[in-house]
Amino acid sequence: MSLSFAKRQINSLLLLELFRGLSITGRVFLTRAITIRYPEEDTPISPRFRGMLALRRYANGEERCIGCRLCEAACPALAITIEADVRSDGSRRTTIYDIDAFKCMHCGFCEEACPVDAIVLTSEMHYHMEARGENIFTKDKLLAIGDLYEEKIAQDREKDNA
Amino acid sequence: MLEAWLTLIWIVIKILLIILPLMGAVAYLTLAERKIIGRMQARMGPNRAGLFGVLQPLADGLKLLCKEIILPSSANRFLFIVSPILVLAPALAVWAVIPFSEGLVLANINAGVLYLLAMTSLGVYGILIAGWSSNSKYAFYGSMRAAAQVISYEISMGFALAGVLLASGSMNLSQIVLRQAGGVWHWFVIPLFPLFFVYWVSAIAETNRAPFDVAEGESEIVAGFHVEYSGMGFAIFFLAEYANMIFVSTLAVLLFFGGWLSPFEGIPILGKWFAWMPGIIWLLAKISLFLFLYLWLRATFPRYRYDQIMRLGWKILIPLSLLWVIVVALFVYYHVGIWFA
Repeated sequence: MSLSFAKRQINSLLLLELFRGLSITGRVFLTRAITIRYPEEDTPISPRFRGMLALRRYANGEERCIGCRLCEAACPALAITIEADVRSDGSRRTTIYDIDAFKCMHCGFCEEACPVDAIVLTSEMHYHMEARGENIFTKDKLLAIGDLYEEKIAQDREKDNA
Repeated sequence: MLEAWLTLIWIVIKILLIILPLMGAVAYLTLAERKIIGRMQARMGPNRAGLFGVLQPLADGLKLLCKEIILPSSANRFLFIVSPILVLAPALAVWAVIPFSEGLVLANINAGVLYLLAMTSLGVYGILIAGWSSNSKYAFYGSMRAAAQVISYEISMGFALAGVLLASGSMNLSQIVLRQAGGVWHWFVIPLFPLFFVYWVSAIAETNRAPFDVAEGESEIVAGFHVEYSGMGFAIFFLAEYANMIFVSTLAVLLFFGGWLSPFEGIPILGKWFAWMPGIIWLLAKISLFLFLYLWLRATFPRYRYDQIMRLGWKILIPLSLLWVIVVALFVYYHVGIWFA
C-alpha cells in the first residue's frame, strides 16, 4: 500500500505518465502516414468486390444469358426485369434485360443464382448517371460494360477460385 | 523637421520588418500545426494547395477575407468591432522590446520585462470585451473562462519572470541574454529549471492553448469567446493567438535558453565551426523547437477540466514558483555556481 503510494507520488512528481504520452505521439510522428491519397491512390479491394453490374459473353462472342429468369427471382430488390423469346437460330435469349441501378443494392444474389455466369458484379465502383433514365441498365449497356471489363472480371473470378 | 520625418519613417520601416515576417510566421505556424499534429495522428495534414500544402495558409486567409462579417443583432456594435483590435494590438506591441540579436531590437528599454508583463495582461481585456459584446452565452462563458485562467496563470508566470530578474539582475532583455553568455551551462534553464517549467506551463495556459484550452472547449461552448465572429474578425483573433504563441516561445528562449547565443559557444571544436552563424538563426531555431513542443503537447494531452486548471495554477504552480524564487534569491546572495558568480 505504502509502496504503491510512494510510486504514485513519484509518478506524478516526475510527470512520468505525461512523458510516456509524449513518447507515443513522438514515435507516431516518425512513422509513415497511413493515409491513402484517394483520387491518386485506391484502397486495395477484394476480388469479390461487388460493384457495377455487367453481362458476360463466351469467348466466341455469344452472350451467356439464356433468359432463365433465376436472377429476376433471386433479386430481393426486384431490380431486374426480363423478357425472353426464341431467337431465329432456335436458342432461347432475352429480348429485354433491364436492371434498375437505383433499386439494385449490390447484394450479388443474381450472380450467385446465374447458372451460366452471365450476370456479374464488376469491381468497378466509379460510375455515375447524368440524365434521368440512365439508371436503367439495358441489355446493350450491360453487355457493353461486360465487354469493357471482361479481362478484369475474368481475373477477379480466377483469383477468387484459386 | 525633415529629420523628424526621416526618423519616423525609419521606425515604421523597422516595425514593418518585424510585423510582416511575424505575420508570415503565423500563417505558416498554422500550416505547421496541422501538418505536425496530422503526422502525430498518422495522417498527412493538408497537402492539396500547392506542393505539400504550402499554399494552404494563403487559401485559408483568402477565404476568411472574402467571408461576410456578421454582426449579431443584439451585439454591442462598437465593442464587437473594437475587441479583435484590442486582442491583436498587445500581441504585436510586445515585439517592440524583443532583441533578435545583439543590438537588433526596436526599443532597447531597461524595463523590458515589465513592459512585456503589462502588454500580455492587456490582451485579456480584448477577450473579455469580445465575449461580453457578442451578447451570446457561449461567448460569455468562453471569455469568463479565458479571463479567469489568464489572470490565475499570470501570477505564477510573473514569479517565474521575477526569478529570472533576480538571477540576471536586469530587466533589459538584451542584458538578460548577455548574462547567459559563455556556453550552454551558463543558460538560466539549469539553475532555474523549476521556474522554466512553471513558466512554460503558465505560458501555454496564458495563450489558451491545449491542454488548457477550456476557453474554447468545442464540446461545451463551441468556440469560446469568438463564436460570434466571422471572416476577418475571427481571423484577427486567430492571428493574435498564434502571434502570442510565437511570442511566448521567444520569451522562453530569451529568458532561459540564452536567446541568440550559440549552444556551441565555449565548446572547443564545435564552437569554432559554428562561430560564423548569425545569432538570429540560433534564436529562430530555438523558437521553432518551442513551437514544435507546443504542437506536440497539443497532439498528446487531453483537455484539463476547469477546476483542475485552477487547482494546478493556484495550488501547485504558484507555491512552486514562490519557493524557487526564494531559492534563487539565496543562490544569488551566496553566489552559487557559475551562474551567480
